[in-house]
Amino acid sequence: MSSKVITVTSGKGGVGKTTVSANLAAALALLDYKVAAIDADIGLRNLDVVMGLENRIVYDLVDVVEGRCRLRQAMIKDKRMPNLHLIPAAQTRDKMAVNPSDMIVVCDQLREIVDFVIVDSPAGIERGFQNAIAPADTVLIVTNPEVSAVRDADRIIGMLEAEEKGPGKLVINRLKPTMVERGDMLSINDILEILAIELIGVIPEDETILISTNRGTPIALEDTNNNIAGQAFRNLALRVDGHDIPFLDLQTKNSFIDRLRSWVNGR
Amino acid sequence: MNWLKKLIGTKEENKSSNVAKARLQMVLTHDRNALSPGLIEEIKNDIIQVIAARVSIDPENVVVNLTQDQRESRLVAEIPILNGRRDTTNS
Repeated sequence: MSSKVITVTSGKGGVGKTTVSANLAAALALLDYKVAAIDADIGLRNLDVVMGLENRIVYDLVDVVEGRCRLRQAMIKDKRMPNLHLIPAAQTRDKMAVNPSDMIVVCDQLREIVDFVIVDSPAGIERGFQNAIAPADTVLIVTNPEVSAVRDADRIIGMLEAEEKGPGKLVINRLKPTMVERGDMLSINDILEILAIELIGVIPEDETILISTNRGTPIALEDTNNNIAGQAFRNLALRVDGHDIPFLDLQTKNSFIDRLRSWVNGR
Repeated sequence: MNWLKKLIGTKEENKSSNVAKARLQMVLTHDRNALSPGLIEEIKNDIIQVIAARVSIDPENVVVNLTQDQRESRLVAEIPILNGRRDTTNS
């Protein structure tokens, strides 16, 4: 299999790019692929803490680009899985420390040693975003079911088309099925109708995601059965790997009043 | 069933998700075409000037809308003409 570079971006901040990146990388590693996750958010690094590897950073992406270390030295091996690696961002520099062609060079080197490179993009549409999408074979756009996040996702789709990086594939994060059912949250279909791109993942809002981030263990690695969020991330990884996996049924078990309300509203 | 609807139901158009969707569709139509509502207002005023110079129109009721259908966007102008039946009434 030829290696793939997958960039996770969103435009808007705070929609869960880093959580999606960490869990996608971890879930692909669970499928026995060699994976490298790159934190492209120079100056505001966070992928290290979400993956629980913050105490092991010696070299970072800017050290690689500026020739202070070899690529291998900046690849932090995950403590749980030897086939998962993190290349952290520099914390004391800014986005201008790296340019898009640097990213292409680094990712081309990584293609020789891993199966998947996951690039965690910073928010925004400036240099950091340009850096993140430059090496991408596939771009995942993370959005939330709310007007500001969907609007920004639309802007990103337009920019990706202008850069000839394809329309991208959509990950809807933080979906609350109960709110959708009562008509107080944009549904998956509403968002797809507006953005008109391919859906590749739906992650429900779930407390266990925050709890696992507190501990520095991506939820996709928690082998508790019935964890719907972990399953959603593992399904995302399978789809990224080319499998045709149906989307999870996130319907809640409706209370009597919910069902009555739905019936009255003619749904 | 109306009493039941009043009691526990929400009208379809009042659901906040539908409001969100409609607002998004409107704002994205403008975003995608880089045409702000202000610019459309200017265009409307220009159209009124050009047409009013030749035809008697009702400038108060001119409507210029940006619409989007899938990938196709269009500006739609409705321009009411005044005294359209002047010829017949004069005869």
